[in-house]
Amino acid sequence: MTRTLPTPTANHASRVGESRGTDGSQAACTPAPSTPESELPEAVPAPAMRPVPSTPAPEAVGLTHEQIEEFGRRLDAIRDRILAERGASDADYIRGVIRNQRRLEVGGRALLFAGIFPPAWLAGTAMLSVAKILENMEIGHNVMHGQWDWMRDPKIHSTTWEWDLVSSAQDWKESHNYRHHTYTNVLGKDRDVGYGLLRITEEQRWSPYYLGNPVYNLLLSLLFQWGVALHDLEYEKVVSGEKTRSAFWTQLKRIGRKIRRQVTKDYLVFPALAGPFFLPVLLGNLTANAVRNVWSHAVIFCGHFPDGTVVFTEDQLEGETRGQWYLRQMLGSANLDGGPLFHLMTGQLSFQIEHHLFPDLPSNRYCEVAPEIRALCAEFGLPYTSGGLGRQYLQVLRKINRLALPGGSVRGPVPLAAGPIS
Amino acid sequence: MMRTGTSRRPTRLLAGLMSGVGALTTPLRPADFVDLVDPLWSAAVPRGRVVEVRPETRRATTLRIRPGRGWAGHRAGQYVRVGVEVDGVRHWRSYSLTSPESSPDGCISITVQALPGGTVSPVLAHRTPIGAVLHLEPAAGDFILPDRPGRLLMLTGGSGITPVMAMLRTLAARDALDDVVLLHSAPSPAETIFDGDLRTLARRPGLRLVVRHSDTEGLLQLTELERVCPDWVDRESFVCGPAGLLDDTERHWAAAGLAGRMRQERFTTPRLGGGAGGTVHYGGAATRSAGAALGTEVAVDGATSLLEAGEAVGVPMPSGCRMGICFGCVLPLRAGQVRDLRTGRVHGEPGDLVQTCISGASGPARIDTTTQGDSR
Repeated sequence: MTRTLPTPTANHASRVGESRGTDGSQAACTPAPSTPESELPEAVPAPAMRPVPSTPAPEAVGLTHEQIEEFGRRLDAIRDRILAERGASDADYIRGVIRNQRRLEVGGRALLFAGIFPPAWLAGTAMLSVAKILENMEIGHNVMHGQWDWMRDPKIHSTTWEWDLVSSAQDWKESHNYRHHTYTNVLGKDRDVGYGLLRITEEQRWSPYYLGNPVYNLLLSLLFQWGVALHDLEYEKVVSGEKTRSAFWTQLKRIGRKIRRQVTKDYLVFPALAGPFFLPVLLGNLTANAVRNVWSHAVIFCGHFPDGTVVFTEDQLEGETRGQWYLRQMLGSANLDGGPLFHLMTGQLSFQIEHHLFPDLPSNRYCEVAPEIRALCAEFGLPYTSGGLGRQYLQVLRKINRLALPGGSVRGPVPLAAGPIS
Repeated sequence: MMRTGTSRRPTRLLAGLMSGVGALTTPLRPADFVDLVDPLWSAAVPRGRVVEVRPETRRATTLRIRPGRGWAGHRAGQYVRVGVEVDGVRHWRSYSLTSPESSPDGCISITVQALPGGTVSPVLAHRTPIGAVLHLEPAAGDFILPDRPGRLLMLTGGSGITPVMAMLRTLAARDALDDVVLLHSAPSPAETIFDGDLRTLARRPGLRLVVRHSDTEGLLQLTELERVCPDWVDRESFVCGPAGLLDDTERHWAAAGLAGRMRQERFTTPRLGGGAGGTVHYGGAATRSAGAALGTEVAVDGATSLLEAGEAVGVPMPSGCRMGICFGCVLPLRAGQVRDLRTGRVHGEPGDLVQTCISGASGPARIDTTTQGDSR
């Protein structure tokens, strides 16, 4: 099957179907082949932005280099404005969230000691679950991004923060802040594409292993914190020789220490303190961790894998400009609709697009800039993918199920008009 | 601060208990939860609460502070670094303690003179509410009274009176204000910090106070010293004030062969950067092992990041995205300032962690490359 690439002047209506390569012959899930675009006719000038051919987002291709840089400058201006405004109210926000999260955690754990009474168990487990979600998402993730480093508070700083997960902050910052955020949705570079376990895009070459795709996803969801720790280890890099065994061993020991502390706290010390009531406490802690796992997995998978998000190949990184980087972040991410409480519980990752454009802006500002970004996208004819959690998650699950089998053209009709897909 | 024997034992017991509690609070520390109840309770991080705000002059204000458990006391004449949040950003500044050693209620005080255009001092002097919590570092400085003070001469100018005030108050509280001459210069009576307190203290026979108002009487010349304090050569001297006074006295005492009989306290303002480009000092373990204990000096042009400049001369630098988003390259700034290559903003205070991949030089600066991989 011969692929046809959209030309830089392709109009939006020409996108449907024909630009998708479904043969998988150019699959690029491990270090991408260096010449995946060899079929590109010589006569066609290189487009300013090229999504992976099989993924429909040719709107981007309709922009000229200059338009893309203008898009970038407009985003820089938004960013600079927020940086200039950052101040005491932002600091009060994060301190307030941290204070309330800690109160919730103390309250939840205290109630669980009375967990022999079902209402207390339910309330305690719910409070602890919420506390763990806030700690993981709105606090840990965002503090480690350096969103609050400007406050110069060593207690709320990317270099000192450690989170309530089995993965260690140091390893996570490397795999997430650096690899995922720099090489977002680049096959073979961004390990968040499938977490090294799943086939999440049709560009990943199919093998019989992926028949278990739905099962792996369910397990990853329930055990997400363990999946993240495993993901940070990047074992396949030792196999491929990119990482030394001693570096891997050092990392393994570090994560091992973290695991020991986490497991001791939730599954040994707190249950033991409850004496005869250790079982309700143990089950409460187990449930809270599982709730946090399932929730954060759902939010994160909805951030990059619903319909409308785009993956890229490694060769596109070469000479990537600021504007192109912004565009890649934009096209590779999807937002979730909801109210303020929902946004808080997702750690503002419901504003995944804004987070990927400005990963180090304070999270409380994403909701403020989101309408501006949406308007900017409309102006440039770019899609701004957004939808409810249920709808987006179903799309992700449908994709995971479909990709268990070879091939992978799973999408329904693609909207023709540029602009918000929601 | 005075601690009684009875309060020490429960404190130690508590500390032991807290370390066991760490298994329950990991990855946080027990103190992080204690802070929810009372931020003054932390023994690891000294803090204090402002209990009284007293204007001294139009520009200067005394803050009385009740220190928390982490405060270990001070010697008269020492200073304390105070951390205060201005527009959400924590700034640290040093101020001389003006309270006597071991004041009966355990409170300490600092006296802050607002500098025109300053970031921190106007906030501390004019916009600090009672009840505000300030971050403290342990008291430091060797501008302190000798164990057995003999005859003393204090030579102060402007806010240079502050450490000397703590000395005078300490001596007075010990009934040891026996033979002190204080020569203090201030622009005018209204601008004289502690004017009333000094005059009260001067009613004691042990203190001879000479206040000079430079607006009307001109600056003090050291040649007048013979007349005002004829026995100055026999006195142990303490000098604190503007740089001119410090330099003059240094020369004067050295010329008299008395350099060892005089101590100075020098207030320094943070070294500010400016413009694009500068000389950056990279202090690194690798260069130290090679025998050059002082690290590497690099002339960095205005367009080059500190990361690139360091790498170019072989300094081992941590790095990540190289575009300012991952915070994998941050290193502590020890002196000077840096320039954000994206916005041109010049910023930085000693101790700040700066993103080397998007920071350029702005005048002389020091970057600490010895604390890489700093993580709990």
